[in-house]
Amino acid sequence: MSGGARLENANPLIFQRTGERLQTANDEDEDVADPIDDREIFDLIRSINDPEHPLSLEELNVVEQVRVRVDDQENIVGVEFTPTIPHCSMATLIGLSIKVKLLRSLPERFKIDAHITPGTHASEDAVNKQLADKERVAAALENSQLLEVVNQCLISNARTG
Amino acid sequence: MMAADSALLLGLVEEFVLGQQDRKAVDTATELKAGQFTILQLVEALGLHLTSSQPQTRGRGVQLLSNVLQECYGDLTEREVKVLIVFYENRLKDHYVITPHVIQGLKALTKCSVLPPGSAVSILKSLFQDIHVQSLMLAERSCVYNILIQLMESRESELKGLGADFVFGFVQSVDGERDPRNLLLAFHIARKIVHEGYDLGKFTEELFEVTSCYFPIDFSPPANDPHGITQEELVLALRVVLTGTPRFAEFLLPLIIEKLDSDVQSAKLDSLQTLTACASVYEHKDLAQFLPGLWASLRREVFQTASERVESAGLAAVGTLTACLSRSVLNSDSEDSLNVFLELVLKDCQHHLCEPDLKLVWPSAKLLQATSTASYRASHRVAAAVLPSLIEQYNSRTQCAQRRTLLEVLQGFVHPVTSSEEDESVLLDFRQSLCSIVFSALSESNADLQITSMRLLTALGQQTGLLLESDVELAVDHLTRLILEEGDPKVSLAVVECAGALARLHPAAFISKMVPRLKEEIFSEPMAQGDSATPSREHSQQAVRQRCVAALAAVSSRPSLVQESTPVLLQVLTSAHTGTGAFSLEEVISVCHSLQKIAEQAQDTEETGGVFHDVIPRLLGLALQAALQGSSGHCSPILEETVLSAMVPIISTTCARLQSRLAGQTASLAVSLFLDGDVSFLPENAFPTQIQLLKVRFQCWSQSQMVCLLMGCVCWLPRTVEVPQMDRLLLELEELSCTCDHPLSYTSAAKCYAGLVNKSPAGEVLDSLIDRTLKRISTELDSASSPVRTQAFTLLLWVSKALLLRYHPLSTALTDKLFSLLSDPELGWLAADGFSLLMSDSPDVLNRGSHADVRIMYRQRFFTENSAKLVEGFNAAVQEKKSGYLKALSHIVNNLPRQVQLTELPALLPLLLEALSCPDQGVQVSTLSCLQPVLLDPPSALITQLEVLVGRTLALTTSPTMKVRIASLRCIHALSRFPEHEIMPFRARVLRALAAPLDDHKRVVRSEAAVARNEWFLLGSPGGR
Repeated sequence: MSGGARLENANPLIFQRTGERLQTANDEDEDVADPIDDREIFDLIRSINDPEHPLSLEELNVVEQVRVRVDDQENIVGVEFTPTIPHCSMATLIGLSIKVKLLRSLPERFKIDAHITPGTHASEDAVNKQLADKERVAAALENSQLLEVVNQCLISNARTG
Repeated sequence: MMAADSALLLGLVEEFVLGQQDRKAVDTATELKAGQFTILQLVEALGLHLTSSQPQTRGRGVQLLSNVLQECYGDLTEREVKVLIVFYENRLKDHYVITPHVIQGLKALTKCSVLPPGSAVSILKSLFQDIHVQSLMLAERSCVYNILIQLMESRESELKGLGADFVFGFVQSVDGERDPRNLLLAFHIARKIVHEGYDLGKFTEELFEVTSCYFPIDFSPPANDPHGITQEELVLALRVVLTGTPRFAEFLLPLIIEKLDSDVQSAKLDSLQTLTACASVYEHKDLAQFLPGLWASLRREVFQTASERVESAGLAAVGTLTACLSRSVLNSDSEDSLNVFLELVLKDCQHHLCEPDLKLVWPSAKLLQATSTASYRASHRVAAAVLPSLIEQYNSRTQCAQRRTLLEVLQGFVHPVTSSEEDESVLLDFRQSLCSIVFSALSESNADLQITSMRLLTALGQQTGLLLESDVELAVDHLTRLILEEGDPKVSLAVVECAGALARLHPAAFISKMVPRLKEEIFSEPMAQGDSATPSREHSQQAVRQRCVAALAAVSSRPSLVQESTPVLLQVLTSAHTGTGAFSLEEVISVCHSLQKIAEQAQDTEETGGVFHDVIPRLLGLALQAALQGSSGHCSPILEETVLSAMVPIISTTCARLQSRLAGQTASLAVSLFLDGDVSFLPENAFPTQIQLLKVRFQCWSQSQMVCLLMGCVCWLPRTVEVPQMDRLLLELEELSCTCDHPLSYTSAAKCYAGLVNKSPAGEVLDSLIDRTLKRISTELDSASSPVRTQAFTLLLWVSKALLLRYHPLSTALTDKLFSLLSDPELGWLAADGFSLLMSDSPDVLNRGSHADVRIMYRQRFFTENSAKLVEGFNAAVQEKKSGYLKALSHIVNNLPRQVQLTELPALLPLLLEALSCPDQGVQVSTLSCLQPVLLDPPSALITQLEVLVGRTLALTTSPTMKVRIASLRCIHALSRFPEHEIMPFRARVLRALAAPLDDHKRVVRSEAAVARNEWFLLGSPGGR
C-alpha cells in the first residue's frame, strides 16, 4: 500500500479472530475419516488478506463461519461474503480471492460458489454474475495485474497466519 | 657504495624498469633490508628512469620505489621520509599513468612512525590539490581513503589544525563514489570527522550532502559476492555518520520525513530506525521545528502500515522522540516542546480510543502508550488525558467486546513501569477506579473479560502502591472463586498465571485465604451419594480438584507458601495410597506434577531446601508402603508405573538443587535404604526389617521397580557429593539390570548404573568396572538362547551413552558393539532405535540438569567418528537388513546441530535419499523430519539432487501412514522456498501431485497439502514471490 494513498474506509470495524481449531483424538486416528466441514472451509478463507487493510477478511467480518456451506457428499461449497461498506469497490476482488483460494485448496470434485451476502452491496447482482461466470473468472486470472493483487491477498501473513 | 653493490642495484633496477620483471621489486626490497644499499641510493639509481621522457618508464621507476617502500617503510629515517615525501608530492603533478604508483608510495610513507611534523598536512594538501579522486580507478581511490584513515589515526591533531579545509578536501574526494567497499571506507572517515570533533566550519551541509545522498541505502550484493558486504553493514555505517551530530539535524529531519513517504519498505524502516538513532543524541531544540512533520509521517505509518516491523519501528521512534523532548531543560522563554508534541499525539489519537470497535483504536493506543512509556513527565500528561475517558467509557458501555478492548487498552497504560524509584506511580490518582473496574470485570461471566481483567490485575500488582492490602485480599477471593467455578481452560490458565504473579508479591493473603479454601475443596467428600453422583458430576468434581492442585503449585514460589501447600499435596498422595480419598490415577499424577513444579520454581534458599528435603523421605516411605503391600487388598495407585515415573522428577529436581550438607545426607539415607533396608529415617516407620529392594526375586517387581526413585536421587546430586558404598551399589544395580525380567525395574537399574558411571572419576577402577560389565553384556548378547538379551542390550545402551557423553575412551568399544547389533535378527530394530536415545537428551538421567558430565560436542564427535562405519555397514548389509542402518543414520543425523547437518549433507545425501524409498515408515518419517529443517536453507548439494528429492517426497504424500504424509507435505512446502529458477521446472508436477492429498481422508493432511499447494501456486506468479 503506498504511503500517501487514501483509503475508502480508513477506520473500519474490527472483529476478533477465531482461535485455531481444536485437535481431537479423532483427528489423530488414522482410521477415522474426517469429512470436510464448514469450519475447514472457513479456516481456508478466514486468513485471506483484505486488499486495503493489513487485516484479514475474518477480522473485518467479511467472511463468517455461519455464511459458509459445504456438502462433502454432493461436492458443493458455497461462501457468502459481506463487503464492509455497500459501495466497496473491492467486492469483486475479494470474491475472486476467495474463489481462487478455494480452487487451489479443495479437491477438484467440488463446485465452488462465492457470492455477496444478499442486501449488503449496491451492485450485488453484477458482482455475483461476474463471480459465477467461469470464463470471466478465467479471463480475469489471465490478467497479470489482477492476478498480482489476488496473489497478494493470498500470501500467508504472519499477522493473520 | 661498493662497486659490486652498485652493479647489483643497477641490475635490479634495469630488470624491473626495462625488463618488466615484477618480481625484481621483491628482490630489491630484500637486498635493501639486508643493508646492501639505502633507499636514497635506490632513488639515485632510478635517476635516469625517473627523468625519462617516456611517462611509462617514469611510472615503472616510481612503481619500483613504491613497491620497495611498501616492504620497508618501517626502516626509514625521518630524513629519508622527508626527502621521499617531497619527491612524491612533486610526482603527483606528473603524468596520469604515474599517479597510481605515486599514491601507493604515499600510502606506504604515511605508515612510517617517523613521519616528520607537518608532512601529514602537506601530503593531504597536495592530494586534495593535484588529484581528482573520482577519476582514479577503484583500487587507487581505496588507497586515498586509506591514507586519510591512516593519518587521522596517527596525526589527528595536525589534521585538525588544517581546519575545515580537511573536511572540504574529503567532501571533494568522495563526491560521486559508487563502490560499496570504498563507501564503507568513506563512511568510516566521515564517522571519525563527525564523532571526533573535526571542525566542520562552513562545510556542514556539504559533508551531509555528500554522505546523505546514499540514504536510504539500496544495495543488493551480486550473487557469489566475494567481498561479503551486506546492505545491513552499509546501512549501519551510514547511520552512524548521519546521526552523529545535532548539526545535521536541520538537514536530516526533512530528509527522513521525505523518505518515510517511500513505497519501499526497507527505506521506511531505515528512515524510522535512523530517526530513532538521532533522537537519542539530539536535544529538543534540534527537533522542535520538525515535530509536526515528523508526527504526521509517524502517525501515518503506524495507522496504515501492513507490516509489523514498520509499526514497531514507528512506535520505537515515537518513544525515543518523546524521551528526547522530555530530557530538555526549559528556559523561561522557550516553549515546552514535549507538551507541543504530546498535544499533537493526543489530538490525533485520543478520540479513536472512544471507538473501541474500530480498527484505529489499536494503533492509537499503541502510539499513546509509546509516548507514555518514554518518560515520567510524558506518562503523567498522557495518563491524565486518556485514563479518565477510558474508565468512564468502560463503566458506561455494555457490550463485552467493547469493554474487553477498553480493558486491554487500559492494561497497556498500566503495564510499563518507567518511573524511577522515588516517583510515585502516575496511576495513583486512578487507583481506585482501576481496581473497581478489575473487580467488576472479574465478576462478569464473559471469559475474555475475566482473562483481560486478570492481566490488568497482574499489571497493577507489579507497581508499588496500586493495590492496597484489602484489594489483594479481594483479588485472592476472586481468583479462588474462579478456580473453583470456571471450567474454561483459557480462564484457568490465566488464573494460574495471575495468582502466581501476585503470590510472589503478597504471599500472606494467599496463605490465609486461598490455600485453606483449596485444601477444603480437594478433600471435600463427593457431593452426595446415590443417584445424584452421576458420572458427569464426578467428572466435574475431578476437574475442580485438578484446578486446585495446579493453583497450589502456581502460587508456591515463596518459602512461606511452599510450607503451606506442600503438605496438602503430600496428603493427597497419602490418602490416595490408603484409599481414603477417591482420587483417580490422573489426579495422583497431576499432584506429582504440581510437586515437581514447586520444586522447580522454589527459590533456592536454605529455608525452601529444608522444606522440600522432607518431601523425599515422605515419597520414599509412601512408595515403600505401597510396594510392601503388594497386590494384596486395596491396590495402591503408587504402584503404577505412571505414578512412580511422575514421582521421579520431584525427587530429582529437589536433589539437583540441594546444598551439599543436605545432599550428602540424602545420598547416604537413600543408599542405606536400598542396599541395607535401613528404614529408620522414613516417616511413620512401621516397616519390616528384612527389606532388600535391589534383590531379584520372583514376582517381586513392586519392590524392585522402586529403583527408579533411587536413580532420581543419586544420579541427580551435585558432582561434589560423594555417594557412599559406590562399589556395592554398582554391583547390585548391574545384577538387577541383567537378571530382572520387569522392564521398568531393569531399565531403571541400567539408567541408574549409567548415571553413576558417568560421574565416576576416571581411572583404573572405572576402566576395570566397565570391562567387567562389557564382558557380562557380551556373554549374554553372544548367546542366542540367553533369556536376558534384551536386558543386556538395555544396559549396553545406557552405559554407552554414559561414556559417550563424557568422551570416555572405552565408549567406542561399547558403541561398536551397538553397531554390530544392527544386523542382529532379534535386537537389530531395537539397536537402530537405540541411536535415537544415544543422540538425544534424556529427561530423567544423564542430562545437564542432573549435573552429568556432558561434553557439548559429543554428537558431532560421535558422528564424525562413526558415519563411515554406518555407510560401510549399510553397503555390506543384505537387502532386508539395510533399513536398520538407514534408521540408525536418520536418528543420528536428526539430532546433529543444524550447522553440522548442512556441512555433512553432501556426503550423506545419497543415503538419505535412499532412506526416503526405504519401505519402513519409521525410517521415512525420521528422514523427512531430518530433511525438512535443512530444506529451509538449502545447501547447494541438495539443488543438484532436486529431481530425486522431489520425486521421492511426492511419492510419500500418498503413503498409508498419516505421519509420513504430513512430514512429506511439509518438505514439499519447504521446497517452495528454494531459488525460484531451480524449482520452477517442478511447479506443474508438484501442483498436479498435490491435488491428491487435498482429498485425503484426514483433515490434518488436507490442511498441510493446502498450505503447500498454495505456496507452490504463488511461485513464479505475479505478486507471488
